[in-house]
Amino acid sequence: MAIDLHRFANPARFLRITSAIFPWAAIVTVLLLAVGLYLALFVSPEDYQQGQTVRIMFVHVPAAWMAMSIYIMMAISSATGLIWKHPVADLSAKAAAPIGACFTFLALVTGSLWGQPMWGTYWVWDARLTSMLILFFLYLGYMGIWGSFDDQSKAARAAAILVLIGAINVPIIKFSVDWWNTLHQPASVATMDGPKIHSSILTPLLVMSLAYTSLFLTIFIIRVKAEILGRRLRILRLANLEE
Amino acid sequence: MDKFISLIARDIRLAVRQGSAFTMTLSFFVVAVTLYPLGVGPELNILTRIGPGVLWVGALLSCLLTLDRIFQADFEDGSLDQLMLGSLPVEFMALAKIIAHWLTSVVPLILITPILAVSLNMPADGIWAMMLALLVGSPVLSLIGAIGAGLTVGMKRGGVLLSLLVLPLYIPVLIFGVAAVEAAIAVLPMGPHILLLAGMSLGALVICPVAAAAALRLAVE
Repeated sequence: MAIDLHRFANPARFLRITSAIFPWAAIVTVLLLAVGLYLALFVSPEDYQQGQTVRIMFVHVPAAWMAMSIYIMMAISSATGLIWKHPVADLSAKAAAPIGACFTFLALVTGSLWGQPMWGTYWVWDARLTSMLILFFLYLGYMGIWGSFDDQSKAARAAAILVLIGAINVPIIKFSVDWWNTLHQPASVATMDGPKIHSSILTPLLVMSLAYTSLFLTIFIIRVKAEILGRRLRILRLANLEE
Repeated sequence: MDKFISLIARDIRLAVRQGSAFTMTLSFFVVAVTLYPLGVGPELNILTRIGPGVLWVGALLSCLLTLDRIFQADFEDGSLDQLMLGSLPVEFMALAKIIAHWLTSVVPLILITPILAVSLNMPADGIWAMMLALLVGSPVLSLIGAIGAGLTVGMKRGGVLLSLLVLPLYIPVLIFGVAAVEAAIAVLPMGPHILLLAGMSLGALVICPVAAAAALRLAVE
């Protein structure tokens, strides 16, 4: 590999780089959210069938994308933590989990608010909805396992095993709409023939998803920093006790 | 191979001599299923409609209750450490214990299912399908459950966490298991559902012992 990624496993260097990125990520988040929400709520046209409710889509779809992306990111960093024993990788998976759970919850709630006027019901036991719900439970189980070990390095490994097993769910969510052909509409942005939706809707959607990504990055940096500093504090306290 | 089989035999012998293991699980299964007719009312057509789901959910929960038995007792008296030091790879040790769990805790549930199915007014086709679907799909319950049991083995009060970890992963089995039985009752082909269940069992057979072994190594270190 051209770049030696292991260099970034050093907590001090990691903290330095993320601290440098942080203000930019925060600024970009604010700008993109402002632009994206303006485009989504005012500029983009009403749907001829759905009316104003189509705008829920602009907060729903990126949240669902983030829910899955964050889980994949957690799986990759947990695998890194298991293989190379980088504590920062474990901590970054731990820091990402509550954010991912929030995005999953947001996707479920906005989806059900959209479903009430459109499908006539808040919830259906559709394959996509059910698998998203499973994803939400997986996030909860992951956070539960971190909380129930006293030894943090043990907790990291137990949680990593769980994330990697649960990663089977991610392709199931992605392809559930194609395999089971249920009520939830099939993929329309990332298809083999290019996006199937008009640019007047696609542009705000993509801006919103970039905004969500940088929002995630901003919160993530705060949380990882807190985790690393918290661990450092614990070590310092333990060292004090031993003296 | 000898060690593998003798480990299975040891676990089965332990379960048989304890005695209460079989009867407790079975009684829980029967009582849990009995609650449904009392809860939703005795109309036979409603019971026929919900029967497959009730039996599958009952089997899932009964299996969940017995999961801590896979590793917990051996962990507490220290024999788990000895087993892991032995020459049998930890993955196979885990697999042997999973097989023993399936034979002692899940197979009795499958055998008693026809009686409960009759009490839920399930047609004969449905009963055979139910037995077949349970036979093909229930190994997944023991296999996935072993991961959860391995992860929570050293914990005090691990039971609630165990259900939070394991039940979401059981959902696919539940969906296809019920779908197979409902297809059979509606005189539709149930082959695809059974094949999917079989696929899940085989996939879990490969992944779960490895993951359970990783979890056990973590617990005993």
